[in-house]
Amino acid sequence: MTFLAKPAVFLLCLLPGAYLAYAVYLAFSGGENLLGPDPAQFLSLETGEWAIRLLILSLAITPLRYLLNWPYAFRFRRMIGLFAYFYVCMHLLVFLMFLLQWQWGAIGREIAERPFITIGFAGFVLLTLLALTSFNAAQRKLGRNWKRLHRLTYAASILGVMHVIWIVRSSYFDAVLYGSLVLLLLGYRLLRKYSEAVRKFSILG
Amino acid sequence: MIIKTRKEIPSSEITPESVYRERRKFMKTGAKAAFGVAGAGLLSSAASAQTGDALFARAPADINLASKPDWLVEKAAMRTDAPASGPFNTDEELTPFEDVTTYNNFYEFGTGKDDPARNARDFSIDPWTVEVSGEANKTGTYTLEDILNPHTFEERVFRLRCVEAWSMVIPWVGFSLGDLLKRFEPNGDANYVQFDTLVDSDQMSAQRSRFATIDWPYQEGLRMDEAMNPLATIATGLYDDILPAQNGAPLRLVVPWKYGFKSIKSIVAIRFTKNMPNNTWRDLQASEYGFYANVNPQVSHPRWSQASERRLPTSLFNPRRIDTMMFNGYADEVASMYADMDLRRFY
Repeated sequence: MTFLAKPAVFLLCLLPGAYLAYAVYLAFSGGENLLGPDPAQFLSLETGEWAIRLLILSLAITPLRYLLNWPYAFRFRRMIGLFAYFYVCMHLLVFLMFLLQWQWGAIGREIAERPFITIGFAGFVLLTLLALTSFNAAQRKLGRNWKRLHRLTYAASILGVMHVIWIVRSSYFDAVLYGSLVLLLLGYRLLRKYSEAVRKFSILG
Repeated sequence: MIIKTRKEIPSSEITPESVYRERRKFMKTGAKAAFGVAGAGLLSSAASAQTGDALFARAPADINLASKPDWLVEKAAMRTDAPASGPFNTDEELTPFEDVTTYNNFYEFGTGKDDPARNARDFSIDPWTVEVSGEANKTGTYTLEDILNPHTFEERVFRLRCVEAWSMVIPWVGFSLGDLLKRFEPNGDANYVQFDTLVDSDQMSAQRSRFATIDWPYQEGLRMDEAMNPLATIATGLYDDILPAQNGAPLRLVVPWKYGFKSIKSIVAIRFTKNMPNNTWRDLQASEYGFYANVNPQVSHPRWSQASERRLPTSLFNPRRIDTMMFNGYADEVASMYADMDLRRFY
């Protein structure tokens, strides 16, 4: 039954996007409005939420593999990472299409003048690079450098968390949660590098 | 992309009284219909629907009050109509009751836009007192009836512009703040007036949160001349009924030429002060939120532009993006108060 695992994870990752797509379809076809009176803003927040959650989940794969002594964890890493990129693309699309209506002048100004948008966009550029080199062929071609290149995920997650912190108005909860998780997941890797004890440690013998 | 500009109404186009009243009647029945129909709500996550409702159903717009004092309901129902033209009315499309009452920034009840409508259950406005203190002769503790009864309620249709760059047009019920403040006889040292919102973590669950950015009570203030301007309003209702809990029951400010965060809700204290008082958003982040907070398209928020706004409700392909107007379009009535001020410095 393990062959069902990947399709199952695929469908789970797709679920939020499918719900949002359904809500958008309803809005267009004159059905019920599930998006509230400010749908563009709502879509921007939702796609952003799922992007950062999946990005953090992809960062958690390696720690899980070692802490649970579970080699099969790596199977899911690329899929989850690419889904994070998918939600980032949707997030950017909502911004360009619904919030700024393809006005390139305004878009350029926002990216240049609003720091939180600058780092968000920088994160997108990094993730695009990682997405383009995520395929088996790229792994083969790049060899050892592939691993080094994909450590850019760390930078991308830090940029993502900064983007979230910078937009805080109402509650620190998200910023604290995502920030702590990224810190933990990166911290674990650092410890693994320098400590034999950490390398050996696993929760399930 | 739709750009709307405010039209100055020439006298030849002022809506005839009969047409206006017909429109009011239509809007009244529309608003009452909205009560009964499952209204708008945001799903902040797939699982955030009301208990008992289906996943895709939405919570009905509800005014969320434990009781509605009869005297207050009668006064709101007897409110006079807004004049056909002038700053207390506008020919712009009203934001539906549903959206006005389910899309709120009222962090005492939670930080999601749909949290106040969902969490302000059975909010108690009876008894309610307002503590008046500071540089005035008639300070003391006043009941809600003491505060509101002497005044005649009017309909006031104002634009409300949030600092987050969205806006609504809302038919408030209320009266001029200045008429209330005069009764307390502020003395010569009263240069400013400050207001507090209720602190009650039993009713306002988010006041217990450790992640809140706000140090309760929420506070706001006005310079005395701003407070005495006829446009500064004490609102006690909207859409012909008394205020829902999520909109700041039982009384709130509406200062239409300033960003929405100045329009403090659920007032329990009024303080006349000599020096500029604290206001919450400036306390939190003075580099972004000032004391004056006048709507000003020329002065950006550090993190986003204020040159335009989304007039709610929008839809995905009708974003209703409009140019923001200086003083939210109320320049004629308020600009003179700031004639000598550098509004880039005093934002």
